[in-house]
Amino acid sequence: MHIILNGSLREVPDNLTAGDLIVELGLIDKRLAVEVNQQIVPRSSLASHPIKPDDKIEIVQAIGGG
Amino acid sequence: MSTVMHSQPRPAADPLVIAGVEYQSRLLVGTGKYRDLEETRAATEASGAEIVTVAIRRTNIGQNPDEPSLLDVISTDRYTLLPNTAGCYTAEDAVRTCRLARELLDGHDLVKLEVLGDETTLFPDIVQTMQATETLVRDGFKIMVYTNDDPIIAKRFEDMGCVAVMPLAAPIGSGLGIRNPYNILTIVENASVPILVDAGVGTASDAAIAMELGCDGVLMNTAIAGARDPVLMASAMKKAIEAGREAFRAGRIPRKRFASASSPIDGTFF
Repeated sequence: MHIILNGSLREVPDNLTAGDLIVELGLIDKRLAVEVNQQIVPRSSLASHPIKPDDKIEIVQAIGGG
Repeated sequence: MSTVMHSQPRPAADPLVIAGVEYQSRLLVGTGKYRDLEETRAATEASGAEIVTVAIRRTNIGQNPDEPSLLDVISTDRYTLLPNTAGCYTAEDAVRTCRLARELLDGHDLVKLEVLGDETTLFPDIVQTMQATETLVRDGFKIMVYTNDDPIIAKRFEDMGCVAVMPLAAPIGSGLGIRNPYNILTIVENASVPILVDAGVGTASDAAIAMELGCDGVLMNTAIAGARDPVLMASAMKKAIEAGREAFRAGRIPRKRFASASSPIDGTFF
């Protein structure tokens, strides 16, 4: 299925959870926050949150800023 | 035998208190615009800052996962992170950013709210900032708000429940120093929450002036990160903040037009 990940179209396997996606992207153990369709998915729910086709997913982190 | 007591004057405790938490440093620093993470780490350390701002941005998908990230050098064990809403031009984007930051930082709810109005000046959009403030206060956030140097607006933000109000000294990154010291003074005099100058400081004397006006602290980024030697400038800023604060507490002499001799006239032999 297709999702929009951080603004870009991406092909991912079906039946994926948000937690699977984090693993697939190599982001496990990183300090980040995940939003699916503008709703935050808490870290504790990532593993059980199903990703659906055309979901808009944002994965963010802290970077340098003033 | 008498002992001469050398009593070292001990500075009275003078913590900065924000939302009930005490900080020893009155200098808050940003982490943007540095050459690399090592320079960020070294300058932040030299500044003595305890509160450090960060931005929230998209994770770079596909980058080397072992590449160090900001939080590896700015540890949450050592620093209080202050996520900002830099780059937001609407209340909606700012609220969304704060919520993501809170999730990212495990429920940490102290945020620097800024909602910008225009790319040339980066002046705050007060209407949007107030809309975001209302929502975020209801959501339980502790807001340190970036605003302009308008004393009426500063008081409004305080009344709305912001834990600190942060008027600009001059446009962000401009280094123009305190352009309107009388407004900053009025804001300070009227306030019952901490007032921190945020943005516009260019060099150490600007920071000292802010503190001499009675500000509770100064938040800066470009003045340090953009200096030829950021680590040295961070150290200079630390001293300027401390010197300015002590001068404020000591109470400066009034300005007079004419001289008054420092040495007594009595006892002159000429």
